[in-house]
Amino acid sequence: MLGKPRRQAMQEINSSSMSDIAFLLLVFFLVTTTISMDKGISLILPAEGNELEVNRKNIISILVNDKGKVLMDDNPTKINQIKTKASKRISSNPNIIFSITTHKNTNYDDYILVLDQLKQANASKISIANPPSF
Amino acid sequence: MKLNRKNKQKSEISTSSLPDIIFMLLIFFMVTTVMREFEGLDIVLPRAEKIEKLESKRHTVHMWITKDGLISVNDRIVDIKNLGNVMANKIAQDPKITVSLKSDDKSRMQLITEVHTQLRNAQALKLNYSTLTKGNN
Repeated sequence: MLGKPRRQAMQEINSSSMSDIAFLLLVFFLVTTTISMDKGISLILPAEGNELEVNRKNIISILVNDKGKVLMDDNPTKINQIKTKASKRISSNPNIIFSITTHKNTNYDDYILVLDQLKQANASKISIANPPSF
Repeated sequence: MKLNRKNKQKSEISTSSLPDIIFMLLIFFMVTTVMREFEGLDIVLPRAEKIEKLESKRHTVHMWITKDGLISVNDRIVDIKNLGNVMANKIAQDPKITVSLKSDDKSRMQLITEVHTQLRNAQALKLNYSTLTKGNN
């Protein structure tokens, strides 16, 4: 008598609910996932005691007062015009440094707007001057 | 003559690979999920257009500044005078850190400048002003 192969009797684990389990886990992770909100304007601060002397010709001073008004190179400038002005200056002098000075009561919002305009003009050399203490 | 019903030939879509697909999606979400680490403070971020993503989550220190001048570093309220020491400690542990500054858009520059000074003292020079994208609500 030939022995029947035992394999025929092997039972499989019922895997029909596997996809349900996987779905449940998937929904859990979908719900808990928070897409990273960390984005913004990057800037490298100068190291302490690393002050350089720069030719005045290479500096454009940007003053932002507490009402959000901007003075760029002694000319009153609207915030949305900074970008075009800055890119013009960069194309004529690539080494130009933008120095942002703020009043102590300036809104952070206005400062970010100015910084954003400079970044949009692809300005790489941005310096943040301390507000004058008066 | 009887018409052959075509219904008999109806074939089903094979669902045997469905769990595999789901598992693949599952693994994708498991890998990309980062549980929210910090509660933060109640702030309204400013908006900007030209924004960059932070390079790495691991080397980031989160700092919140409210309009009332409250500063929190990784969910610990820090006095402005101690900020330099706190940041110097963080830098000593990991020199590659970037500070993600989440400041309320109504805060005063006096405070921000003071934070700049403290960060410079602590040699924490990589800074990222956290903003929202313009146009989004």
